[in-house]
Amino acid sequence: MKRQFKLLFLVMILGASFVSNGWAGSKKSADKVRIGVEGAYPPFSEVGKDGKMKGFDIDISYALCKEMGAECTLVKQDWDGIIPALLAKKYDAIIASMSITEKRKKKVAFTIKYYITPAKFVRKKGSGIEITKAGMKGKSVGVQSATIHDNYITGVYGKDVTIKRYGKQDEAYLDMKAGRIDLLLADSIALDDGFLKKPGGDAYEFVGPDLTEKKYFGEGAGIAIRKEDTELAGRFNKAIKAIRANGTYDKIQKKYFKFDIYGK
Amino acid sequence: MSFSIIFDNWKLFLEGFVVTIQLVPLALFFGFFMALPLSVMRASSNPFLKWPTYSFTYFFRGTPLLVQVYLFYYGLAQFSIVKETILWSFFKDAYKVGLLSFSLNTAAYTTEIFRGAIERLPLGQIEAAKACGMGPLTRLRRIILPIALRKSIPSYGNEVIFMLHGSSICSLITIIDITGAARIVNSRYYGPVEAFFTAGVIYLCLTFCIVGIFKQLEKKFLSHIRR
Repeated sequence: MKRQFKLLFLVMILGASFVSNGWAGSKKSADKVRIGVEGAYPPFSEVGKDGKMKGFDIDISYALCKEMGAECTLVKQDWDGIIPALLAKKYDAIIASMSITEKRKKKVAFTIKYYITPAKFVRKKGSGIEITKAGMKGKSVGVQSATIHDNYITGVYGKDVTIKRYGKQDEAYLDMKAGRIDLLLADSIALDDGFLKKPGGDAYEFVGPDLTEKKYFGEGAGIAIRKEDTELAGRFNKAIKAIRANGTYDKIQKKYFKFDIYGK
Repeated sequence: MSFSIIFDNWKLFLEGFVVTIQLVPLALFFGFFMALPLSVMRASSNPFLKWPTYSFTYFFRGTPLLVQVYLFYYGLAQFSIVKETILWSFFKDAYKVGLLSFSLNTAAYTTEIFRGAIERLPLGQIEAAKACGMGPLTRLRRIILPIALRKSIPSYGNEVIFMLHGSSICSLITIIDITGAARIVNSRYYGPVEAFFTAGVIYLCLTFCIVGIFKQLEKKFLSHIRR
């Protein structure tokens, strides 16, 4: 008797797994898109107090999916594994403020940009640090590892400064507040909303010019797709243009910014 | 797959290697010498000696090393008593914070290893020492610790290996050790296989060396009880 139950149980499990596999398989190819997001990059992407993802990237993701008529699921993934996980098919697209750069293009394909903002340095008020090779000599600069900002500081000031690389932008903010680093380099909007305007941020200020050098900072933030998924890239491109045209994009960005971050 | 990204970044891996083989022995050194008195206290029957050390090992063995490192690095920086006093010159430096938390962690585990060995000492040997007229300290120095330490060699070897592997956690607080180098290479070139495979091979070689060293130690100090 016991054995029979066991057998029945096994059959049920097997049956259930077949059914669910078949179902997921057919659905996914039709209109299910899984999107990789980061969740540690306010105001673009963060985990809200209720544990849900929120931010500009998240709203844009949902808007694009609605425009494409696709059913989306968001998958949270740490930054340093965000491209490998795309290639490993953990999700189908990355919407995580990822700048379109030549280096990344070797691994993944990009849509057209969905926004572009300059990068900037932040210093402590009264520290008097100037953004020149001489002024930054011996200072430590915090950046998020493997970002365009990391590439820039490594490429331009690598010999003059100590670079502290963090897995998450939030951790760099913590260490700046703790006084372990002298400068932050990141996206100006992210710094403004995620750091300067947060409690305790008023002791810090922007310094130096807007940084937009194409060699390092690329062509703006785009959506990364696996190279073979050209059809999905096309759908995203169409959707980006559509939400720009029909006012959805403006509605979303008004929630977060006072000006148009789409750029020219 | 191209291992050329490893060769292009061999300097980074070398730096990471140097950091690891500095940090781990230093932590083990401090941990070992903290554990010597702590284990004697932990094995004692005096509650004022026993319970504080028990709480210490309970905390450090009961929480993940990662949590401890985060608490020391990001947690303590939140308190003005740390941030605005002389303490900060210590806690400002990620390397020192890593060294501190690793030392305390390995001290806790080592304490328990030694404590076990001390409690398992044959009663007859201690009684013999007493009968010879040795006082408690002399007994500790001549009989208890030498025997306990010898008996701890195999399990302490394990702890050393755990510490080596646990040290990879320091890459999360901006220290570039072997794992940190692998993480940088991975995130720059998106080659997780090449980067982490290389790191794994380096750890494997180091572990192999540690195993070899402890084999020699066992041969030297435990040959009298080899079967």
